[in-house]
Amino acid sequence: MNPFGIFITLALYYVFTEIYSRKRVFILNPVLLTILSIVLILYLSGISYDYYNESSRILTFLLGPAVVSLAVPLYRQREYIYRYSRQIFAGIVVGGLVAIISAVLAVSALGGSEAVARSIAPKSITTAIAIGVSEKISGIPSLTAVLVILTGIMGNAAGVEVMNAAKIRDRVARGLAMGVTAHGLGTARIILDDEVSGAVSGLGMALNGIFTSILLPFLAVILF
Amino acid sequence: MYRGLAIVFGFYFLEELLSKVLGLMIPGSVLGMILLTIALFSEVIRVEWCEKEAEFFVRHMSILFVPPGAGVILYLDLIKSELLPIAAALFISFFATLLITAKTVEVLR
Repeated sequence: MNPFGIFITLALYYVFTEIYSRKRVFILNPVLLTILSIVLILYLSGISYDYYNESSRILTFLLGPAVVSLAVPLYRQREYIYRYSRQIFAGIVVGGLVAIISAVLAVSALGGSEAVARSIAPKSITTAIAIGVSEKISGIPSLTAVLVILTGIMGNAAGVEVMNAAKIRDRVARGLAMGVTAHGLGTARIILDDEVSGAVSGLGMALNGIFTSILLPFLAVILF
Repeated sequence: MYRGLAIVFGFYFLEELLSKVLGLMIPGSVLGMILLTIALFSEVIRVEWCEKEAEFFVRHMSILFVPPGAGVILYLDLIKSELLPIAAALFISFFATLLITAKTVEVLR
C-alpha cells in the first residue's frame, strides 16, 4: 500500500489542528479544512480520489474500533442515564425523529433529489456512525460525512446562542438538545458552559447514534 | 494496552461476524458498540480493562472522517446543482431539532 494518503492526511490535519489550537474560531474546524484541502489538491493535481482513498485505507478501517469505543464514555456517564432517564428517552426519540424528518422533508420540498435526501437523513448523529447508516440506506456516505460536520459546526458556532435566545435554561435540556442535534462538535462547545450539560450532551450523541442507526433503515422505507 | 485493544477490536470482529450471519440492517460497528455497552453494564467486561484504549480512539476519531469526507470530490456537480435545498435543509433542520428537543426535555422536568 502506498503511504501517500496517510501522509497527506496526517500532515494537513496536524497543520490545521495547530492553527485551531491557536485561534479557536469555529470556521477553522480542522476536519473540514483538511477535507477541503485534500479535495483541492486532488482537483488541481489530477490524482484520482480512488488512489487517495486506497492509500488511506488504514485510517478508514479504524472507524470501526472507534465507534465500538464510544461504549466507554457512554458507560462512564451512566449515573446521568439513571438520574434523567425520562428526559433522555424523550429527548432522543423526539430529537432523533425531528432531525431526520425535517431534513428529508426540506430537501424534497425544495426540489432536491432522493440521493441528497437519503444522504442528509443521518446528519445529526456522530460522523463515524452516520457514514455507516448512509451506506445502509443507499445515501452517499462522503456527502453525509460533510453534511454531518457542517451540522456540528453550526451547533458549535451558534447552538448555545440559539438556546439562549429561546430562553432555554434547563441544563439537561440544553445538553441533550445539543448532543442530539450537533453530536461531538456541539458537545465540545456546551461542555465549556456547564459540566452537566456537557455530560448529557455526550450521552445524547451516543444514544441518538444508536437510535438513528436502528430506526433509519426502517424509516427510510416509508420516507423514500 | 494489549488487553484493551484486544477488547475493542474483538467487539468489532464479533459484530462483523454477527452482522454477516444475521444480515442485520444496523451498520457495522454500531452493533459492536451496543454489545460492548451491554458487556460493560453487565460487568462481563470491566471498564478499567479498555478505557484508555477506547478513549484514545474517541479522542482522535475526527481525523478518520477525512478519507471518506474527501469523497465529496466525486459529487461536486450534484452539490452545485442542489446547493439551495442542501443549505436550507441543514439550517431548517438544525433549528428545528435543537429547539424542539430542548423544549420537549424542558417541559418534562
